[in-house]
Amino acid sequence: MQELLKEYLPNVMSKLPDFYESILETLQMFSKAGLIIFIIGLFLGIVLTVTKKDGILQNLVVYQILDKLVNFFRSIPFIILLAGLIPLTRLISGTAIGVKGAIVPLIFGTAPFFSRQVETALAEMNAGLVEAAQAMGSGPIEIIFRVLIKECIPGLVRATTITAINLISLTAMAGAIGAGGLGDFAIRFGYQRNQTDVTYASVIVLVLLVSLIQIVGNAISRKSTH
Amino acid sequence: MIRFENLSKTFASGDRTVDAVKKVNLTIEKGKVYGIIGFSGAGKSTLVRCINLLERPTEGKVFIGDVELTALKGKELRKQRRKIGMIFQHFNLFASRTVFQNVAYSLKYQGLSREQIEEKVNELLKLVGLEEKAKEYPSKLSGGQKQRVAIARALANDPDILLSDESTSALDPQTTVSILKLLKEVNQKLGITIVIITHEMQVVKEICDRVAVMENGEVVEEGDVFGIFANPQQKITKDFVDSTSNLSKIYHYIEERAKITELKEGECILRFKYLERSTSEALVSQLSREFALNINIIFGNIELIGENPIGGLVSIVSGRKEDIDGAIKYLQEKNVGVEVILDARAS
Repeated sequence: MQELLKEYLPNVMSKLPDFYESILETLQMFSKAGLIIFIIGLFLGIVLTVTKKDGILQNLVVYQILDKLVNFFRSIPFIILLAGLIPLTRLISGTAIGVKGAIVPLIFGTAPFFSRQVETALAEMNAGLVEAAQAMGSGPIEIIFRVLIKECIPGLVRATTITAINLISLTAMAGAIGAGGLGDFAIRFGYQRNQTDVTYASVIVLVLLVSLIQIVGNAISRKSTH
Repeated sequence: MIRFENLSKTFASGDRTVDAVKKVNLTIEKGKVYGIIGFSGAGKSTLVRCINLLERPTEGKVFIGDVELTALKGKELRKQRRKIGMIFQHFNLFASRTVFQNVAYSLKYQGLSREQIEEKVNELLKLVGLEEKAKEYPSKLSGGQKQRVAIARALANDPDILLSDESTSALDPQTTVSILKLLKEVNQKLGITIVIITHEMQVVKEICDRVAVMENGEVVEEGDVFGIFANPQQKITKDFVDSTSNLSKIYHYIEERAKITELKEGECILRFKYLERSTSEALVSQLSREFALNINIIFGNIELIGENPIGGLVSIVSGRKEDIDGAIKYLQEKNVGVEVILDARAS
């Protein structure tokens, strides 16, 4: 086995520790940024939903501002966001490179996308349920947590799955500004030194990662649909 | 119990405004089953939503007992809403919750222990006859069962009032009857005042004590159900009343010149309307004996409202002209309405 791998992936096998390190970096970027994106995106998605016209906390000023802001960040290509946010990243994380430096642009690149996904998922809910909850004496906060989120869990899980997969591909792109991770690994060795097996190995790991997320997402979504 | 004072609701859409409810004054007495009937767009749904302020009226006041609901906001209003249950045309059950959890929804944060909640929910499920479905999700239930769950859920906080917004409109006729029966039971057993919105006169006839007829945002007629059926004043009320019987088919047949409406000379088609508690008298036999008439009943519709029979007959009557005239006079004295629909007597 060892021999076989050495034969087909000579360059990968010669820098296994680096390979493992880069996988770990990808996972770190993914989990740290992912957690923050999930919280911010869910929050913004809910705010967008409840403040829009006829929402339970209708506030068109808040909605319009948030709506435009989300559109603004969604329209900037991620590679430009990476460069453009460097001053802000330095301010927040103290550095603009490495895993730490990638988290801020990842959040700005993905949270707006996720908040739209959340908004779409929540919009699918039958408005009658809100009415029923109101008639039973529920207030807005109770409705958000006990009706809106709970009823939309399958949709929210699908939104999270799609965003997570998106995030994986963006972590790879963050490698371009020296964020480390599999993308960086593949560019430095696979592309710049023409060690194709490195590229293939990185791709295989990414494919496995994406498949895993999709499988888990589908399973949760199915389980939560009644 | 429930009182509307000069209630108006106007919706603005763009630069157009729609007056959904116009200056309605209405009192709904405690313990009654009160129907509000009208065609879609008449404003009845808006009116009923003003009772628990799901819609806030643009003008006017709503009182529940002595409490002016329209003066309340936030927490105080929500507290009052718990005493007003509501059921809907499309049930509005929480798909992510089991039957048990749906019914238990509003019992959370009420200071009840788990055992108390369990006891209450099981008691309600027993009332609606769905004990064995407690662990099912709504998607596994039929329409009628869903509405039963919705009724149990609406009763969870021991409300004084139950609002029913077209709650049987999505159900088949048989299920409709069983749901109406359940509502009647709720009204009688628990003493809950029920307000029923519907576009079907059949529903009113089945369970309501009083009824208000709405048209274009206004209450055009109001009264006890027997009175409305016996003596409808407005055109729309008459149409609704007609919709519950087949008697008015005769006009249609006459227009179509159906064979049944072809009269021989000396015959005429009469419609008798029983207006008072008089149906139990053997009118037809009496007429044919005392006035020597042949009475051929072609349509008949007599039903009980509350405990009083109401309805009428359409029949072809033949006999001597003066006998028929005499019979008509006799019936009018007996307070039976008579309408000559078609007359082939020589004049």
